[in-house]
Amino acid sequence: MLDMFTIGELTKLFNALPGAVAQGLIWGVMAIGVYITYRVLDVADLTVDGSLGTGGAVCIMMLLSGHNVWVSMLAAMLAGMLAGMVTGILHTFMGIPAILAGILTQLSLYSVNLKILGKANQVINVDRYDLLVSLRFIGGAGESFNNNILNFLYKNTILIVAVIVVIVILILYWFFGTELGCSMRATGCNDRMARAQGINTNFNRVLGLMISNGLVAFSGALLSQYQGFADVNMGRGAIVIGLAAVIIGEAIFGRIFHNFALRLLSVALGGVVYYLVLQVVIWRGIDTDLLKLLSAAVVAVFLAIPYWKSKYFTKPVKKGENG
Amino acid sequence: MLEIKEISKTFNIGTVNEKRALNQLSLTLNDGDFVTVIGGNGAGKSTMLNAIAGVWPVDEGKIIIDGRDVTMLSEYKRAKFLGRVFQDPMTGTAATMGIEENLALALRRGGRRTLKRGIKNEERKLYRELLAKLGLGLETRLTSKVGLLSGGQRQALTLLMATLERPKLLLLDEHTAALDPKTARKVLELTQEFVNEQKLTAMMVTHNMKDAIAMGNRLIMMHEGRIIYDVAGEEKKNLTVDDLLRKFGEVSGEEFANDRMMLAN
Repeated sequence: MLDMFTIGELTKLFNALPGAVAQGLIWGVMAIGVYITYRVLDVADLTVDGSLGTGGAVCIMMLLSGHNVWVSMLAAMLAGMLAGMVTGILHTFMGIPAILAGILTQLSLYSVNLKILGKANQVINVDRYDLLVSLRFIGGAGESFNNNILNFLYKNTILIVAVIVVIVILILYWFFGTELGCSMRATGCNDRMARAQGINTNFNRVLGLMISNGLVAFSGALLSQYQGFADVNMGRGAIVIGLAAVIIGEAIFGRIFHNFALRLLSVALGGVVYYLVLQVVIWRGIDTDLLKLLSAAVVAVFLAIPYWKSKYFTKPVKKGENG
Repeated sequence: MLEIKEISKTFNIGTVNEKRALNQLSLTLNDGDFVTVIGGNGAGKSTMLNAIAGVWPVDEGKIIIDGRDVTMLSEYKRAKFLGRVFQDPMTGTAATMGIEENLALALRRGGRRTLKRGIKNEERKLYRELLAKLGLGLETRLTSKVGLLSGGQRQALTLLMATLERPKLLLLDEHTAALDPKTARKVLELTQEFVNEQKLTAMMVTHNMKDAIAMGNRLIMMHEGRIIYDVAGEEKKNLTVDDLLRKFGEVSGEEFANDRMMLAN
């Protein structure tokens, strides 16, 4: 038997879920960016912790100075691509290992983001600026369907982000089917083979890092609008959330989704699952200070599983079985 | 077709592992030459092929392919002139991509990679025909991931990829060494077919002296980063394994005591 207290608590959880879905989808865009480097290019790129904040910072400052929301988001994406290019050049032209190259860019982006924002934190008022997404446009807070259909569609963050996710997936699906996209996949899969087939692997690495960080910054632009502010620390630990989404998506949908577009979709859905689980964990009353520790622990365990599988669970070849 | 002028390469300069892998090596290949390359371990056979392919820059000397000085050209740019098959069957193909995707990458070797479709429909017909000629049943598995194929199948596919866009020079780096004898035989037969059909200029490194004598029109023996014996035409045809062993002893002043080579006979 449920008493009034638990029902009230459950209602609290359900009210929080739409927000979790919206945030999860926004992080899903970011996770798709991580997927491109981590899975397609086979590079662990830590630039994203910086470029997410860069995207948010550029978007908010552009909006505050009166630019259109789409122009602002485009600028944010270009800034992210620039960040990816820096990492790519550090990695290819200067021969710095990818992880270190990403860390260097990430660190320098902290200063860059601070300079863009002018201070550690910039707030934007959803009532005074025409934002594409906001936590205010979630659930009952937006227009209701009956009043005005256009407004309902436009002021519906979950719907808008979902459409953006689908568009991003379709564009990437097209791109990775082109000659250039195929050569990029070959670069990540086997770079010796790629070079033997006349593929400029260095160029492809830089381009892949640019596309990835462009998406991450775009996600940062959405996130800063959604939460109503850009913060110099907003990207801290982003790579872990991105990896978590990639891993969760693959774990849940990996066996049924084989097509590249569906794989990208599973990564985006991985972001949603991550935020839903997070919401439940918060609802259960966990100390929120521990969330990052928990996220890191979960990702660490999931990253270890393939290794453990190969090391401890492969069947040893039995000697003398065939005489 | 290929002109190598006094190239040298030393690895790990200034360390205890310093190794002069190529020592003022010169070699000229004529159009249509099919050269087999033999020599002991560390003689510089693979190093010579890698130098031609531009895996790293040489310390000195010149490499000219089809009249063009490629010494300073990066590996991916030289790929335009070269077809390559490696010792490890995993090296020549992209495992997570389909058979047709691998072939499509090879068809575009030397061209610009644009935003056009990665595989055109009309290409598939060509791929199916060429795969059928391999006789390995791959023509019905165009979309299968290459990682699912056996070593021999992958090597045959790599060979097809290397010659899909006719190379000025085909570089075969012990491409049958990792295969079982029967599969190795099959891949060698295919190699011979491809070379004959397209009248390719080719270099084949091998540890098997019988193959080295039986195949191609010219044979070179390497030792300590140099060519110590170069024989062609009738003289080559009449060679025996014993001749080669004696020759090696004569020129290098050492026994040709390489287990792999002895076993390979």
